[in-house]
Amino acid sequence: MSSTFETVAGIISETCDIPREKITPASHAIDDLGIDSLAFLDIAFAVDKAFGIKLPLEQWTQEVNEGKAPAEQYFVLENLCARIDGLVAAKTA
Amino acid sequence: MRLEYFEMIDTVTLFDAAQQRIVCRATVPDASPVFEGHFPGHPLVPGVLLTETMAQASGYLVLGLNRLSQMPFLMAVDKARFRTFVEPGAVLVIEAALTVEGSGYAATKASITADGKPVCDAELRFRLMPFPAELGALMRQRTAAIGLVPEAVTS
Repeated sequence: MSSTFETVAGIISETCDIPREKITPASHAIDDLGIDSLAFLDIAFAVDKAFGIKLPLEQWTQEVNEGKAPAEQYFVLENLCARIDGLVAAKTA
Repeated sequence: MRLEYFEMIDTVTLFDAAQQRIVCRATVPDASPVFEGHFPGHPLVPGVLLTETMAQASGYLVLGLNRLSQMPFLMAVDKARFRTFVEPGAVLVIEAALTVEGSGYAATKASITADGKPVCDAELRFRLMPFPAELGALMRQRTAAIGLVPEAVTS
């Protein structure tokens, strides 16, 4: 997870012009870092490319909007990184 | 092309669902209010409208591939290069290929040539959203008018 986090934090810092030191595993992408949905698509594009995966953003957004999942489940960075690791593992399995 | 109405694509000459690629054609009008300002006495198609032309070709590609289920809105233009001038009367060939089909977004590489020579190229990204009211019908009408009929396409 730590290397995944480093990659994701670097992407967020570069894409959203957020100082790297402000980004921690406990950061909530929306509430703490102020990342909006358009910026998150930029991040998803870079994450998809970096890890060779397809983040199911539409599904996650729908689940959050319908109250089926808390936003933290997907948008707190340590949780996001765990899901990225899961997608990478599923791809290579 | 009807520059003032942002109708940049005249016809779709190739839509290849399997290769995720589109080729379009457009003829720059001989006269347009755009040329009165850009530039007086020296008419050139503005780079921003060439970018729009590449974006529309890419957009039609995405619409064809998703069978008009979601509307692509331009969200990013990367690595845009304008390699030569485009004057009134030029016949443009616009190509676009899907590079990434993400969740909620799509990315393309697009280019324009005239007389076989490169005019411009760019990497574009689109946010995919549900069609706003009435835009779906309008896009269906427009795609049919330029010869892109996704219902008839077999992938």
